[in-house]
Amino acid sequence: MTAAFPLHLIPLLPLAGAAFALLVGKRAGKDAVTLVCLGVVAAAALMAFYAVYLLHGQLPPGGSLTDAFFDAPWMKAGDLEVHPGLMLDRLSAVMVMVVTGIGFLIHLYSTAYMEHDEGYTRFFGYLNLFMAAMLILVLGDSLLVTFVGWEGVGLCSYLLIGFWFDKDANAYAGRKAFVVNRIGDFAFLLAMFLTFSITSTLKYSDMGGVVEALHAPLWFGLPGAYFVGILILIGCTGKSAQIPLYIWLPDAMAGPTPVSALIHAATMVTAGVYMVARMHVVFEVAPATLAAVAGIGAATALFAATIAIAQRDLKKVLAYSTISQLGFMFVAVGSHLHGTSNYEAGIFHLVTHAFFKAGLFLGAGSVLHALANEGDITRMGGLKKYLPHTRWTFLIYCLAISGIFPFAGFWSKDAILAGAHAALWPTSPNPGGAEIWFAAHTGQILYWTLLAAAACTAFYMFRLYFLVFEGEYRGTEEKKHHLHESPPAMTVVLWLLALGSIGIGLLGIPDEFGSRLDRFGDFLSPVLQAQARVETRSDFLIGAAIALSVSSAAILLAWVLYGNGFSPRVKRFVAAVPRLYKTVLNKYYIDEIYDVLVVRPVRWTAIIFWRAVDSVLIDGTINLVALIVGGIGKLVRYLQNGDVQRYLVGILVGAAIIFWGATNWTARQGAKFIVTQHGHEVIVTAAPEDDLAFRRLRFRVEWEGGTYTPEQTATIFTHHYDKAGKHKITVEAFDPRWGTHATVSQKLVIK
Amino acid sequence: MILTLITFLPLCGALLCMLLPREEEGLLRGTAFVTALATFVASLFLLSGFNPHGWSFVVDVPWVAALGIHYHLGVDGISLWLVLLTTFLVPIVLLGSWHSINKKVREFMVTVLILETGMIGTFLALDLFMFYVFWEVMLIPMYFIIGIWGGDRRLYASIKFVLFTMVGSLLMVVAIIYLYVRHHELAHTWSFDYQELSRLVLSPHEQLFCFGAFALAFCIKIPLFPLHTWLPDAHTEAPTGGSVLLASVMLKFGTYGLLRFAIPYFPDAMAELAPLLSVLAVIGIIYGSLVAFAQKDMKKMIAYSSVAHLGFVVLGLMMWNVKAIDGAIYVMLAHGISTGGLFLCIGVLYERRHTRRIDEYGGIAAVMPRFAGVFLIITLASIGLPALCGFVGEFLVLTGTFGAYATWAGLPHFFAHPKVLALFATSGVILSAVYMLFLYQRLMYGPITHARNRELPDLSRREVMVFVPIVIMAFWLGVYPSTFLRTIDPAVDRTVAAFKIKYQAGVQATDLPKMLPEIAASPASPEGEEKR
Repeated sequence: MTAAFPLHLIPLLPLAGAAFALLVGKRAGKDAVTLVCLGVVAAAALMAFYAVYLLHGQLPPGGSLTDAFFDAPWMKAGDLEVHPGLMLDRLSAVMVMVVTGIGFLIHLYSTAYMEHDEGYTRFFGYLNLFMAAMLILVLGDSLLVTFVGWEGVGLCSYLLIGFWFDKDANAYAGRKAFVVNRIGDFAFLLAMFLTFSITSTLKYSDMGGVVEALHAPLWFGLPGAYFVGILILIGCTGKSAQIPLYIWLPDAMAGPTPVSALIHAATMVTAGVYMVARMHVVFEVAPATLAAVAGIGAATALFAATIAIAQRDLKKVLAYSTISQLGFMFVAVGSHLHGTSNYEAGIFHLVTHAFFKAGLFLGAGSVLHALANEGDITRMGGLKKYLPHTRWTFLIYCLAISGIFPFAGFWSKDAILAGAHAALWPTSPNPGGAEIWFAAHTGQILYWTLLAAAACTAFYMFRLYFLVFEGEYRGTEEKKHHLHESPPAMTVVLWLLALGSIGIGLLGIPDEFGSRLDRFGDFLSPVLQAQARVETRSDFLIGAAIALSVSSAAILLAWVLYGNGFSPRVKRFVAAVPRLYKTVLNKYYIDEIYDVLVVRPVRWTAIIFWRAVDSVLIDGTINLVALIVGGIGKLVRYLQNGDVQRYLVGILVGAAIIFWGATNWTARQGAKFIVTQHGHEVIVTAAPEDDLAFRRLRFRVEWEGGTYTPEQTATIFTHHYDKAGKHKITVEAFDPRWGTHATVSQKLVIK
Repeated sequence: MILTLITFLPLCGALLCMLLPREEEGLLRGTAFVTALATFVASLFLLSGFNPHGWSFVVDVPWVAALGIHYHLGVDGISLWLVLLTTFLVPIVLLGSWHSINKKVREFMVTVLILETGMIGTFLALDLFMFYVFWEVMLIPMYFIIGIWGGDRRLYASIKFVLFTMVGSLLMVVAIIYLYVRHHELAHTWSFDYQELSRLVLSPHEQLFCFGAFALAFCIKIPLFPLHTWLPDAHTEAPTGGSVLLASVMLKFGTYGLLRFAIPYFPDAMAELAPLLSVLAVIGIIYGSLVAFAQKDMKKMIAYSSVAHLGFVVLGLMMWNVKAIDGAIYVMLAHGISTGGLFLCIGVLYERRHTRRIDEYGGIAAVMPRFAGVFLIITLASIGLPALCGFVGEFLVLTGTFGAYATWAGLPHFFAHPKVLALFATSGVILSAVYMLFLYQRLMYGPITHARNRELPDLSRREVMVFVPIVIMAFWLGVYPSTFLRTIDPAVDRTVAAFKIKYQAGVQATDLPKMLPEIAASPASPEGEEKR
């Protein structure tokens, strides 16, 4: 069941704010910009929450609110008709609440954080633009409308990463983000083309009705859904920074910190997780694609977590942490069991992560604010004295992300681990040995990979916490004097997010502890069919105990090694494995590898195409033609040298040639004949074409060498050969006007 | 009548300019601008009373009756927006060249206005003789614009431009005469009429030659890889206004000609050559983008990007389904707006610094924030960001290509398989982001490395007036395509239907040339018929 609601206002409000800030913001002044930009986001948030309230209260569980930007089709060409439609169901409801809620808090925080920045109005303009794009992304009712938002958030990400564009590195990071995302978008576009060619629709709500078509084998005997799923997945690895397209996110930290919190932690990067859940019908048709989702997620989760351990930049650690946590979400939405997947856990982690990771970034922002943008954690330490609010909230976020009971991360991560452990993908009809082994063990592999990633997470987060807030201050004296807690607009936001990081997890307590406790799952289950739980209360407790003890052990280790600055053990360890340490510190040299494998070849191809193909091959050929024409021209020019005597010779020679040709013409044309043979009797017809010009010719024939017949104007000659053998007939035509003649002969055999 | 007015109003303006004294530069500029603006306003009246289901505002009077030459103009959904694009851009070009053209002002104004008449006439002509006349009329002014007001290597560029174009158009005139003669043999009347000649179904062999002649002329104009090398030189050396008109309008004559003449006239040849041309189009997309990436001269970069964009158009046309052709026409319009805008942006920088080298700039966004915004929007439009003009057309072309297998004859070769073509063509979206953002970053971002760049003035009020309409159109085309597709779609639908009838007729006719019955080939609207 659907109902109408002016959903289009939710993205249009921030869009109007963006237009205001970017077009007249400078003239209107900072206060006006603050008021408008925060006002529109607040209004959008209120509308969104009201819409969700209606959706939850007034409509049956599977219902949705619908709307469109305008009534006319957006694109109507041939058999394609796409409307600019919007839809709010329970899945997009969760996203809309996260985006507008967290978005508003980050706007509020930014008013203080960016206060002294020259680009204040521009910043808020971009931020509002981002809100608009992100809301279009989550509210779009078809792949194409979502894609508008999808590209829009990519653009805003580009603009905000390169916000301080006067540094080349920042501008480069922005461009890298956009281009890498475009690689993902390339796959997303192909997914749309393929979906449309299979199903003739791009609308999410129609997907349920075209399952048949998606099931039909397309290529290599695999169903069409398989290819759509893989392409969407590639698109999602771009936006959600998963292997192999994660490389842009660490560089994206060049942007202002609130941007990292909003775009690169809480909202935009989760779009990939949202897309997989949104397209769940397609993925479920081809469970192998879900296995790919989970596999990529698990690999990314562990890989990024190991990199985070060795990083020295505060925000870089958080960036790799984000990549790793997104991997957790991917595993969740890919953990298939009996025709559905562990989507709820993935979306649930998306929500809890939005709180604590946004908090971590904003806390980092508060630290950077105090240290005048010094981001190197080897020069921090002991900040708890100076930044008490930041310190306490940061600790809460660290506990939440490490999955310590009863913080938010505990509940969502546990749900993911349980789902991964239980995951099972259908095997092919005749599975081989390896396939059977994998089918039996994938759940285990995913589970233990994630557990290792979780251990790393707890370790690097507390390493970060201890190095920043505990121990002694290791920076310069000059900076120490400036250390100060951030203004209330920032600390209030930090505390609100901390509150969320504590409390939000309680919405998703598993049902095993009492019915209707899993409010989050209940809310989503009408849209994303709940996974058939295999957990019992004791299973849950065992899982939780394992996860908790692993995390606690990792935290303990972090305390031993970094509790009071870098301990000597760390230095000894690093000295013992220098190569390993360097590899991890340099992020496994992935950027360098991509540079050699992709970036340089493209650049060299470009240069070769230009210098060799365009300039030499194509233009060379054309210039050669021009040269030949020019050369002929040059030769001919010698005839035009102005020497009148030579011209006269030319005229005479030319006239002679013309005269000779003209006078001989008729005779030559007339000197043709055909031979008709009747035994020894031979008839020759000269000038067989009856042309007036030939009538004045005279002919004579030489039958067998020696003598000609007399000349005559008639064209028919007859002759009787006496003996058999080869004879040569020659006909001579004579033009009496010019006195010219021509002969032609032919061999003849008489039997 | 209105078509005659639109076509010849600029010419009247040109005559007026010739009468004005050479020293009155302001008056000359004003006269030309007002004329162009009046033409634009007049062309807006085409929108009211336009009938999307056939030819509108048809004028058909015998001109040289003995030879069957008619003064025959008409507009349909395909040419409508291209005409409007032309009339929209000429005043902008004149406004944009206000200060940058300061030698031979009178001659410049006259040339541009004559060029406008030529361009509009070419789009509107429904008589092949007239089409050819306008086609050549267009060539000469552009030759002068490049050759007189161009950069340092202007002579080389202008001669290259003329030679390339002439080679194509001479072959085309041979093909036109061949059609004319052949039509006389079969129908026993002399006619250059577009509809009348389209009834002619030639033998596949003849079609191949005629299509080749037409297509060569058009592919040089487009330009299709590997016939594109005149373009970078012409674009680079032409003054800003010339580059804008060349890129935004004149390149479209190639694709317009393919769609209007070459393809519907010679369906069998088209079916034969479509794989080749579409592969070349896709090569053009990738090759153009890569070569653009390697450029050090910003104008050359945009010139090569045109090769890539026009590749999308050709690809769409070759797929011969409604979606793809709608998309191709849409890319033509979008490219007109976005590339025109880009050349104007570069003109703004050039006017201030008199260099086209990319490394002479950097950090301009800090000193020219308003310009940075405009340039960014146009750059993004060119990249094909959704909600801006570039996206809609590319999306339609690519979906049309991807789905082409179902509607268009199976193409034999692997690389010419529509899905493979679509795959490679789609990679153009990555490459366009690569080179355009590279350009934008190099020009606008980073530290200011040249002291002279520190004092560049931001956009003047006149320049803002130049860009505002372009930005508005970029958004309009991207956000509300219905305005345009509403008229494009039926026209394309009709063209595709006529093509299919003729294609089938050609297949059945084996080798014998023949004429189609009148109704089949010209499903013109009742209104169109009445006016004739």
